[in-house]
Amino acid sequence: MRNLGDALERVTRVSGIRGAMLVAESDGLVVAEALAEGLDGAAVAALAASLTLRLRRTAISAGLAVPQVVQLRAERGTVLSVPVGDDLLLVAVAERDANLGLARLELRQAAAQLGS
Amino acid sequence: MRVIEPWVAAPLQGFLDESGARLTLLMTSAGQVIAQDGFTRSVDVMAAAALGAAIMASTDAIADVMSTAAFGVVLHQGPKQSLVLRAFWTPRGRWIGLVVFGSETSVGLVQLFFQELELALAKAAPAELPTRAVLAENFEYELNASLRSLFGR
Repeated sequence: MRNLGDALERVTRVSGIRGAMLVAESDGLVVAEALAEGLDGAAVAALAASLTLRLRRTAISAGLAVPQVVQLRAERGTVLSVPVGDDLLLVAVAERDANLGLARLELRQAAAQLGS
Repeated sequence: MRVIEPWVAAPLQGFLDESGARLTLLMTSAGQVIAQDGFTRSVDVMAAAALGAAIMASTDAIADVMSTAAFGVVLHQGPKQSLVLRAFWTPRGRWIGLVVFGSETSVGLVQLFFQELELALAKAAPAELPTRAVLAENFEYELNASLRSLFGR
């Protein structure tokens, strides 16, 4: 559990990150979370897991292999998702002006830390 | 989709469109069917309603024994199909939702859209109807009328 907390904190330390969650991809349920107040973690987890699963199937069907990062950019921010092992996702919600390059780097390193 | 009360139809359709559920049943906590989607035989829907209400009653009893708040959700997860039972309050009293779903959706999505259904039902519920006495001689007629509404025959 401490390992989970460390990995989430690593992501949420990045400027402009409103929250990070470890999500069970097939269930769309939150395993662990560190979220700003007002962010509906259960809803983000369910929808991000569904979206990532479908995008993975799309990429594989197109012969592109498994996506390493899924990035959904919206008017007021960005959702980032990276795989952890076989059935987990590390998901981050970023504000519009967040440092997305650093966020992606920290997400991938946190995912590697959790997967090891 | 078949409904006993027309105001349930639009919120339920929204849930069905979004959730990817295979079977959906709304019932009172006594097991009286309010609406169903996906069932093809009346015997199945009546059995599912009775069993779903019984399961929720059992979990209420377990919560009582444990001196804790009632469990709102029961999940039976299977290899090919799973089932969620959710008890929730409406302006018409405590209802139960039974949802069967497969790998085309997830328990997270089903729960998310069911919460939206609960809110939509609370908004759509008309003002309380005057309560009618349930008479033994009317019971069979009303049961058959409900089954006709649910199965169109």
